[in-house]
Amino acid sequence: MKIMSAPHDPMTPAVEMINVSRRFVTPDGKSMTAIRNFNMTIGRGEFVAIVGPTGCGKSTTLNLVTGLAKPSSGEVRLFGQPINGIDPRIGFAFQTDALFPWRSVIDNVVAGPLFRGKPKAEAYERAREWLARVNLTGHESKFPHQLSGGMRKRVALAQTFINEPQVLLMDEPFSALDVQTRVLMHDELLKLWSEAKASVLFVTHDLEEAIALADRVYVLTAGPATVKSVYEIDIPRPRVASEIRFDQRFVDISHTIWNDLREEVMAGAARTEVAA
Amino acid sequence: MTATVTNTATQTAAPAFRAGTSDAEIEAAAAKAARKRKNMVMFWRLLILVVFLGGWEIASRAKWIDEFFFASPSTIMKRLYEWGTQGTDGVSLWYHLWVTMEESLIGFFVGSITGVLVGVALGRNKMASDVFSVYIKVINSVPRVVLAPIFIMLFGLGLASKVALSFVMVFFVVFSNAFQGVREADRALIANAQILGASKWQITRSVIVPSAMSWIFASLHVSFGFAIIGAIVGEFVGSRYGIGLLINVARGSFDAAGMYAAIVIIMVVALLAEYLMTLLEHRLAKWRPAPLQDN
Ligand SMILES: Nc1ncnc2c1ncn2[C@@H]1O[C@H](COP(=O)(O)OP(=O)(O)O)[C@@H](O)[C@H]1O
Ligand SMILES: [Mg+2]
Repeated sequence: MKIMSAPHDPMTPAVEMINVSRRFVTPDGKSMTAIRNFNMTIGRGEFVAIVGPTGCGKSTTLNLVTGLAKPSSGEVRLFGQPINGIDPRIGFAFQTDALFPWRSVIDNVVAGPLFRGKPKAEAYERAREWLARVNLTGHESKFPHQLSGGMRKRVALAQTFINEPQVLLMDEPFSALDVQTRVLMHDELLKLWSEAKASVLFVTHDLEEAIALADRVYVLTAGPATVKSVYEIDIPRPRVASEIRFDQRFVDISHTIWNDLREEVMAGAARTEVAA
Repeated sequence: MTATVTNTATQTAAPAFRAGTSDAEIEAAAAKAARKRKNMVMFWRLLILVVFLGGWEIASRAKWIDEFFFASPSTIMKRLYEWGTQGTDGVSLWYHLWVTMEESLIGFFVGSITGVLVGVALGRNKMASDVFSVYIKVINSVPRVVLAPIFIMLFGLGLASKVALSFVMVFFVVFSNAFQGVREADRALIANAQILGASKWQITRSVIVPSAMSWIFASLHVSFGFAIIGAIVGEFVGSRYGIGLLINVARGSFDAAGMYAAIVIIMVVALLAEYLMTLLEHRLAKWRPAPLQDN
């Protein structure tokens, strides 16, 4: 279906998922399919969002790209090469708070460079730069519990971006924030992304968030997840996430995609009700 | 219209602020209340101690209780004073105390360090923990006290047998807490460290051990007391020096005051150790949120 491109060709997509399936063995020994025949391509520097009902298999999909999990069948490629373990070109933003609570803000941000063997002085220098970029100068020596949810997320972004990932995976990173803070974080993320030129795979259950941020939106079916449809979002950049939802184009796109997504949300809800 | 009304309302509200509720005053009141509470707690603690010791003394002097068995605070103090100034059988009290402390400290450090190491190692390795857990359960089910005569037979009357007993008292408590702490480490934090580029050893050092630390500390609190118990039981069963020996000698001569005096010494040492441990824990756990105070 797709001609395999040479690994070093600059046109090779950042991430390819080719006919990927992932099955789990549940605690009672049954096999359960979380994602099935999944196909997706993320170009270099592209911002792709995945939306789908809760529990459909979005996190499972992301984990396949991190290398923390392996597909049961099919292939996941990173810059044209099969993924083998955790790749240093990948960054991950977690849904839950994944800052180290016993480390101060700056010690959280330097974690990546220090793990990767950068000299201490250089790592701290860069960490200070990144903290400045996310407007947290002056909070270096605070501990995560002393910060608000939005500030913690910005520390987490600095912690991820300092490693200069070429592929950034984000698993509902802002879902725990209140609406106002979330929109501010969207603008923050768009700014960082446009500077860093990374490819982003952004998972969310919030359709408006997906449209505001992404170049393309993948709508998934209620589990087992497979791609239901793909939408190009042709709203011009630079975008201002806090303004965009009043844009007529945005409203139209939301309508179209929502009509598509609604069935899956219903199906997902029915499924969880049966399960419960 | 409404907007202007609210606006003027807030502006005039500032001077109309009720007297006695400025920030400084609230802070002062809170500090005062906290001080008062602290004094109150201290007062009751002292009162209970005085009543207890006074009651004991009076009961003993009035012969409501038999001084032969129960001694009295004053005879215990007298015995402590004698021990402290003249020693017992030519050996100074401080030497006995030093021997016991040496045994307990070595047992405590060796026991807790191996406990942490083995706990973390097994906690990180599912296969090894499944294999060894059954043996650890078996050994753990042996009452420690029955090991005392065995260790004395094996390692003699000196330091080694007491250290060994202290060690087994401490090891299992620290081990099982460290193991549990490792198992409870947040999976998201581990995944985050992995993706940030941490090696397996870096994850152990900078994620697993810090997150198991509160579990480990909880066990260190009790385990210094256990180390002392190990040393004293060992001395009691067979030794030439130590607080346990003093108890044994006092028992042999029906010297109730002597036995209680030895207990007082142990209590003081254990409380001191507990205090030091709490200080250390507070220093290491400054990243944890302090409990909120409301006023
Ligand atoms: N480690 C696992 N073992 C068994 N089942 C799992 C595991 N991880 C996820 N699942 C199941 O796979 C499905 C998809 O989960 P997930 O990818 O987390 O959904 P989403 O992120 O879209 O909410 C769920 O039904 C979930 O119960
Ligand atoms: Mg998820």
